[in-house]
Amino acid sequence: MLRYSLKRLLSLILSLAVASLVIFFVIEVAPGDPASFMLGINAQPDTVAALRAELGLDVPKAERYLAWVGGMVTGDFGTSYTYRTPVARMIADRLWVSLPLALYALMLSTLIACPAGIYAAARRGRPGDAVVMGATQLGVAVPNFWFAMMLVLVFAINLRWFGAGGFAGWDKGLLTGLHSLTLPAIALALPQAAILARVMRSALLDILGEDFMRTARAKGLSRRQALWRHAVRNALIPVLTIIGLQFSFLLAGAIIIEQVFYLPGLGRLVFQAISARDLIVVESVVMLLVFAVITVNFMVDLAYALVDPRLRART
Amino acid sequence: MSRNLALGAILSSLVVLAALTSFVWTPYDHAAMNIPDKLQTPNATHWFGTDHFGRDMFSMIMVGARTSIAVALLAVGIGMALGVPLGLAAAARKGTWADELIMRGNDLVFAFPSLVIAILITAVFGPGAVNAIIAIGIFNIPVFARITRGAALSLWEREFIMAARVAGKGAARISAEHILPNVLNLLIVQGTIQFSLGILAEAGLSYVGLGAQPPLPSWGRMLADAQTMVSFAPHMALIPGVAIILTVLGLNLMGDGLRDWLDPRLRVTRG
Repeated sequence: MLRYSLKRLLSLILSLAVASLVIFFVIEVAPGDPASFMLGINAQPDTVAALRAELGLDVPKAERYLAWVGGMVTGDFGTSYTYRTPVARMIADRLWVSLPLALYALMLSTLIACPAGIYAAARRGRPGDAVVMGATQLGVAVPNFWFAMMLVLVFAINLRWFGAGGFAGWDKGLLTGLHSLTLPAIALALPQAAILARVMRSALLDILGEDFMRTARAKGLSRRQALWRHAVRNALIPVLTIIGLQFSFLLAGAIIIEQVFYLPGLGRLVFQAISARDLIVVESVVMLLVFAVITVNFMVDLAYALVDPRLRART
Repeated sequence: MSRNLALGAILSSLVVLAALTSFVWTPYDHAAMNIPDKLQTPNATHWFGTDHFGRDMFSMIMVGARTSIAVALLAVGIGMALGVPLGLAAAARKGTWADELIMRGNDLVFAFPSLVIAILITAVFGPGAVNAIIAIGIFNIPVFARITRGAALSLWEREFIMAARVAGKGAARISAEHILPNVLNLLIVQGTIQFSLGILAEAGLSYVGLGAQPPLPSWGRMLADAQTMVSFAPHMALIPGVAIILTVLGLNLMGDGLRDWLDPRLRVTRG
């Protein structure tokens, strides 16, 4: 297990290094100099040069890359070109919205999908199964931002149970914060729940056909007992993998949903940064998202190997 | 042919038909503003109503179908054109450094969700439909590479491939002449799924302003316009949303149906 973990860790570090290289050099290709953009078209060349020096843009690319990566490792993401504040602090402030939103959505998606998948598998081929499968087929097809708008229309504008947008802030209390994230989290969770329910159902159906399930029934367990004691536990392996993979997609998906609800999260930050050509912010947010995907995949791989020793032997 | 496949094919054909018809005919000019007629709910003269500029929503939906289909189709094309040869090459050189390099490269691209790729491209080149095509296309490459490699690996163990090798054919020729035709069914099914994901992704990118730009109509942009008007003109949000849902649903049903229809094992068990 140690050998496997070390090998995966090495591949994680290598992936992060290559990803950071790709992100840095793609952004470096960007036409337009941030310093000239900030000072406008009438700026004097020496003023632009002075600002370039201040922002550290006059240093060779390789050196800047190393400084950027080295800074990120120590938590220093540089200084925003437009706001002149540390990027790390800007990202941390926004993460307090985006991260709880993604986690809230993940929780909702799991809470909806697992019972739905188990219910459908237990009633395979019967009307209950057809209803759940029909609902998941529809859930996969619904764009989450459109669903978010419909939620606003029904629950914020017509019923007035929730606000139509904005974030109250965590300092107003946990419940108030969660209340303003509820509609966005539901919108984000729906398509993921549909996918997860389908995975849960098909994983359970595979297991229900296994010999050990027949043995469980033969030793006198009822269908329901066999399902809960043996099948569900075994089906959790693929389901946990998908849950892990979904988290990173939820974080990226949150960027779109934040636009619907005017939430001050990473999405708003990155779109503002793009229009202001605050490239260091774009770079850092993108790296953070990619870091999340790569790291979560790594953890899923490790968890998987821990549960299923055959995987360790294979690599 | 299953019910899924039939229903999926009907829904998808309707959307394609609307898109193709829009080249020669739409009830109104999709870009013509007519302020006195603004925000009409669906009625006999404007079947899907009008938007805040009085533009005919039915015509906009028809032309928007064109954008959605073109972006998603080209993105699937990019994914297949690059992903399939990579997958075939990796399988032909299983276990070598080339296989390892291709698969690790795949993992790396996989770490960039299409939204993140679109953000990167937009930061560099500015927004546009072409960005959306490239972003979704890049995201599709590892999907096709993985599925091709997976299917090709099991084929390489089969006897008819051994026979081809004995006959003196090289790896590239075997991949093209024997492996590719045998993984084609799988690729068609996956292509349908990626096509539907592409429609959703294009809508999302256009909604946040990273995809199609005005005056090019797009369902995602129509939804972005509708956002501030949803309280008094809900039809502006409902109609493009339903168009996206029916298209994606149709493609997904068709993908499911095709898989059942093309997979010989399922056909045998069904008797």
